[in-house]
Amino acid sequence: MENLTDHAYGEMVKKASPPSKSFRDIPLAFLIGGGICTLGHFFISQYERWGVSEEIASPAGLITLIFLAVLLTGLGVYDKMAKVGGGGSLVPITGFANAVAAPALEFKSEGMILGLGAKMFLIVGPVIVYGVASGVIYGLILYLFKLY
Amino acid sequence: MEVFWEYAKAFLVGGAICAVGQVLIDYTKLTPARILVTFVVLGVALGGLGVYQPLVEWAGGGASIPLTGWGNAIARGTREAVAEKGIYGVLSGGLTISAAGVAAAIFFGLMGALVFRPKEK
Repeated sequence: MENLTDHAYGEMVKKASPPSKSFRDIPLAFLIGGGICTLGHFFISQYERWGVSEEIASPAGLITLIFLAVLLTGLGVYDKMAKVGGGGSLVPITGFANAVAAPALEFKSEGMILGLGAKMFLIVGPVIVYGVASGVIYGLILYLFKLY
Repeated sequence: MEVFWEYAKAFLVGGAICAVGQVLIDYTKLTPARILVTFVVLGVALGGLGVYQPLVEWAGGGASIPLTGWGNAIARGTREAVAEKGIYGVLSGGLTISAAGVAAAIFFGLMGALVFRPKEK
């Protein structure tokens, strides 16, 4: 045991530690995330095909996904999907919509105002805060240095 | 074939951005809220540097649907508003461009919470 080489020790550690879930998690996130984005892309192209201007087709596609995500959250399907999809169901806009709808539904029992109304922003509140703030900082830089 | 390639690009880019989120979940202790904040701020930064918009033009929904796409939209909206309205645009640009999406999430979220019953955990 005393003459254990670094390599042999590394092998022992590898054997003793539990197998990483990442081999499964990361491809699954890729598949589910890619799938959601492909579906959204389909909605956007479909709206354009129906003659909606490009400027509106893209947000309309996002809104469609938001609607579906809220519906699936209410039916309890999105949370099940999130257990498999991980980052794949968190990072797309549907994850944002789920983060609005899930606490709103869960905390409804604590009242319409401080339950549903306030807890709705439990997770997305910070996202809006830092997203808007970084936009304002970017705008100030553009304005002050005349970069626009 | 062209349509297939268009959707393949959306799938690959969207999947890759989400895989980055999964790497953060697996290898850091970032909570979902922190990951979402990171993605939006990163999107504003990449959008501000002009790197992200070409990706949106190349991959469509693959780049605009992940939350980095919202950050990019905030940057684009701010830039356009500053060019058009000066210092007022600094404050108005980011939310103006995202108004419909944010309103949709809030309104549908409220309706969903009213219509459905919470599930047993």
